Amino acid sequence: MNESKTSLAVAALRGGTVIDHIPSDALFRVAHILGIENMPNAVTIGNNLPSARGDKKGIIKVDGIEFDRPTLNRIAVIAPKATVNIIRDYEVVSKHTVELPSTLMGIVRCPNPKCITNNEPMATRFDVSDPDTPTLRCHYCNHTVAGADAEII
Amino acid sequence: MNSHSLVAIDDLSRNDILDLLDRARYFEQNPNSRLLDGRVVATLFFEPSTRTRLSFETAVNRLGGRVIGFSDASTSSTSKGETLKDTIKMVSNYADLIVMRHHLEGAAQYATEVTGIPIVNAGDGANQHPSQTLLDLYSILKTQGRLDGLTITMVGDLKYGRTVHSLLMALRFFSPKFNFVSSHELRMPRQYVELCDKLGIEYHEYTDFLPQVIDQSDIIYMTRVQRERFSDIMEYERVKNLYTLRRSMLANAKPSMKILHPLPRVNEIAQDVDDDPRAYYFEQAGNGLFARQAIITNALGIDPLSNERK
Ligand SMILES: [Zn+2]
Repeated sequence: MNESKTSLAVAALRGGTVIDHIPSDALFRVAHILGIENMPNAVTIGNNLPSARGDKKGIIKVDGIEFDRPTLNRIAVIAPKATVNIIRDYEVVSKHTVELPSTLMGIVRCPNPKCITNNEPMATRFDVSDPDTPTLRCHYCNHTVAGADAEII
Repeated sequence: MNSHSLVAIDDLSRNDILDLLDRARYFEQNPNSRLLDGRVVATLFFEPSTRTRLSFETAVNRLGGRVIGFSDASTSSTSKGETLKDTIKMVSNYADLIVMRHHLEGAAQYATEVTGIPIVNAGDGANQHPSQTLLDLYSILKTQGRLDGLTITMVGDLKYGRTVHSLLMALRFFSPKFNFVSSHELRMPRQYVELCDKLGIEYHEYTDFLPQVIDQSDIIYMTRVQRERFSDIMEYERVKNLYTLRRSMLANAKPSMKILHPLPRVNEIAQDVDDDPRAYYFEQAGNGLFARQAIITNALGIDPLSNERK
């Protein structure tokens, strides 16, 4: 058994996507962004698992679906260190980390109640700085929010 | 986004600022013209501000243009639930330029994205008010003869005061030295202090309004300290009079120093300062007319200095 299979703990997956290294407090928000609540697919969620870095992590496995990059990159706002494993026939065929786009359109709600984006039917837009610990700046009102605290629409 | 709009002073380069100030100087010498002959400017004040609206409308009138608009959203279709986008699109059919003030932050930026005509931001909540900054800069240039290398002391509410933030951003091109005088609770936000560090701009932070700070200043920029900004009312009571400028404090100030304030003032500048030749806040407000004439002609792509530049 190779290392990637043992480290992916919960249950072996024939084909699909495994998202690992999600911060435990972001796990359910990540599930929400991926739209998992409304999927008929088999889903396995683990949380508060020990990580090699010493903190706690979450993991999500979704059977029979390979999420596209734009969808996965949306979770980078709250889980910038998440890794994505694509599984086919029980083998990891690709493994990559999520990438945070430099501009987030329509993904995050502005924390400023007096922001135009919270008062008009329009998409939000944030510019992202520092991909490791992302800070988001509202393109409209200039308020900033830490990525980890961002409210995902 | 249309390139002639002015949403935030931070969007301007050093050259953009100098060009606008050249225009302002021209308009101070030539306040009345027909440069806007045949043009219609809409002044949309979703949030009332008589001072700013009159200044913009005077600017248009003295340039020979015509004004349409409203001075209060309760008299406009906004009160019937129309979106900002729809109002802007509707007015864009009639006007060559929209000057707008809105209580929501980011409203002017959004307006630039839904219309092809230029937008001038006359204030969007606590966010941006670039014509105020341009008139501040023009007042500094006019009284000091230069923008470069001045010692600028900012006093009062440095945390929420958008005018001091915008002035700091504009002056970053001109090798300033800053003194920041405020209570700890209202000190300059770290992002601006860090920017000064990054750009190698000298600054000092003080919690006392000291004579040696006043005496070295070329400009003292006063702001209101408002009770509602304080989480702790005891703290407000303790500091509210610490940042009041009195005439007696000017004994050893430079003769060329000028005192600025965005107005209206409450009690942060004592009445006895008004008679000191260094008091400049009333003339400062008057410079707003020339600054706004500069902004309007720039937004419409009209160059009043084209003959002089040839
Ligand atoms: Zn915002």
